[in-house]
Amino acid sequence: MIQTLAFYLFAALVIASAVMVIMARNPVHSVLWLILAFFNAAGLMVLVGAEFIAALMVIVYVGAVAVLFLFVVMMLDIDFAELRAGFIKNFPLGIAIALVLLAELVLGIGAYQAGTLELGVPSGAAAPLLGDSNTASIGAILYRDYIFLFEGAGIILLVAMIGAIVLTHRKRPAGSRSQQDIGKQNRRNPNEATVMKQPQVGEGVEL
Amino acid sequence: MTEFFQSLGMTYELAWFTATIAGILLIAFPLMAAVAMVIYVDRKVWAAINLRRGPNVVGPFGLLQSFADGIKVFLQETIIPSAANKGIFLLAPIITFTVALAAWAVVPFSAEAVLADINIGLLYILAISSLSVYGVVMSGWASNSKYPFFSAMRAAAQMISYEVSIGFIVVCVVLFAGTFNLNDIVRAQEGFGLGVINAYIVHPLLFPMWVMFFISCLAETQRVPFDLTEAESELVAGYQTEYSSMSFALFWLGEYANILLMCILNALLFFGGWLPPIDWAPLYAVPGIVWLLLKTFFFFFLFSWVMATVPRYRYDQLMRLGWKVFLPISLGFVVVISGYLMATGHYG
Repeated sequence: MIQTLAFYLFAALVIASAVMVIMARNPVHSVLWLILAFFNAAGLMVLVGAEFIAALMVIVYVGAVAVLFLFVVMMLDIDFAELRAGFIKNFPLGIAIALVLLAELVLGIGAYQAGTLELGVPSGAAAPLLGDSNTASIGAILYRDYIFLFEGAGIILLVAMIGAIVLTHRKRPAGSRSQQDIGKQNRRNPNEATVMKQPQVGEGVEL
Repeated sequence: MTEFFQSLGMTYELAWFTATIAGILLIAFPLMAAVAMVIYVDRKVWAAINLRRGPNVVGPFGLLQSFADGIKVFLQETIIPSAANKGIFLLAPIITFTVALAAWAVVPFSAEAVLADINIGLLYILAISSLSVYGVVMSGWASNSKYPFFSAMRAAAQMISYEVSIGFIVVCVVLFAGTFNLNDIVRAQEGFGLGVINAYIVHPLLFPMWVMFFISCLAETQRVPFDLTEAESELVAGYQTEYSSMSFALFWLGEYANILLMCILNALLFFGGWLPPIDWAPLYAVPGIVWLLLKTFFFFFLFSWVMATVPRYRYDQLMRLGWKVFLPISLGFVVVISGYLMATGHYG
């Protein structure tokens, strides 16, 4: 009972907030609705017994990716009227993409329902491989069965990361004010950095 | 507790539901009282270090000061700036407060006293605490004012930076314990140090991890020396500038609940949680919750101590510490600790 109720609650909220992502007038509101959608999707993951995926979803998507979205969107100066103007122009394209997605969904679920698919994993819901904790199961699959694919994905991410850094890195001229040299700052000591002067009354100080 | 309500003649579902609600209230109300008291402790410790008296007027030794403050903010008017984004402006403190409370669901106060004994407890805490940045960012943006906005930008960058290293440090502990369940992590520490000391901290590979964890906790909860989000000499009061009355108080309560959570996490992950410090039979006669609270308040004292003595970091120093010092060191320690555990046959 509670599970069914929770499922409908999460599912309805995912759909409603996904709709609000594209309906909201303010882009910051869109991102916040997107976050709600992520969060409820994590709730659905918990319901199917994949609590590890749910936690990762919240940590990675809600806790890091969406924060960066929000960060960027908040600082953008977006002209709402201009954004709306493109709607009619892009409408046919949007419909086309939606139809393709729908067709793929129907095809995929239809093929799965036909039941002749050999997926190479036990069918049915969440068959644990090692013990009953799905953290251990995911670890076993990732690091034992698919270790090369996993490391390959890791290397691709590393290359993407280095690429992003190379593209945005600019060398600042040495000695510019924005270049902080922590080592130099830490080496300063009061004896060298400050001078005590005791000027006579009426006389200035020479620096 | 479910069995108790079932014995009163309830069906299982109803008994479970009632037991959960009762459990939530049993955590939330003492937590709020504890928050009020640690705010008092914080001010007293701070005052003592500054050679002042601190709150000493309301109640004996000023003990009721926080409650008086609570009543005061409750009676004030909630002011919403006319240019603010109203919905998000009001939602932000509620999110901060809710998130600060939600994380306590998986905290084991003793071997049995835990609301949700789930096997990803530690990940749950990481997930929930990664949400607390939204309260700050949303309030900063919705206030439609310069200082809160600067504060929100700083908070977003700061909290993400330190979450990364907290994640790696936590992985080190998980490698030793072999589980994400907080209760099992505590149990794994029983007799860890030479069969006598119940704490991970004694291990030479985990001690530096704890030092980094403690500093990251300071940064994550935006305490001095990392309180750049509310740096009063630069940003008025940061993201809280436009807030008043209860909406301000919710930030305040949420902030201290988060600090207590980080203190209790220090105790659970590195100092043996509800286990007595030494594995000696008579010490087990003391209830586990007493040990846990003693350790937690010790860490809270450390937090206050730091607050009273350390000057604020510059923002570039903060970023450098997070990304150029903590991240590489913690990443390196994950590799070293995995290698050590494989070599000693401790795990895998």
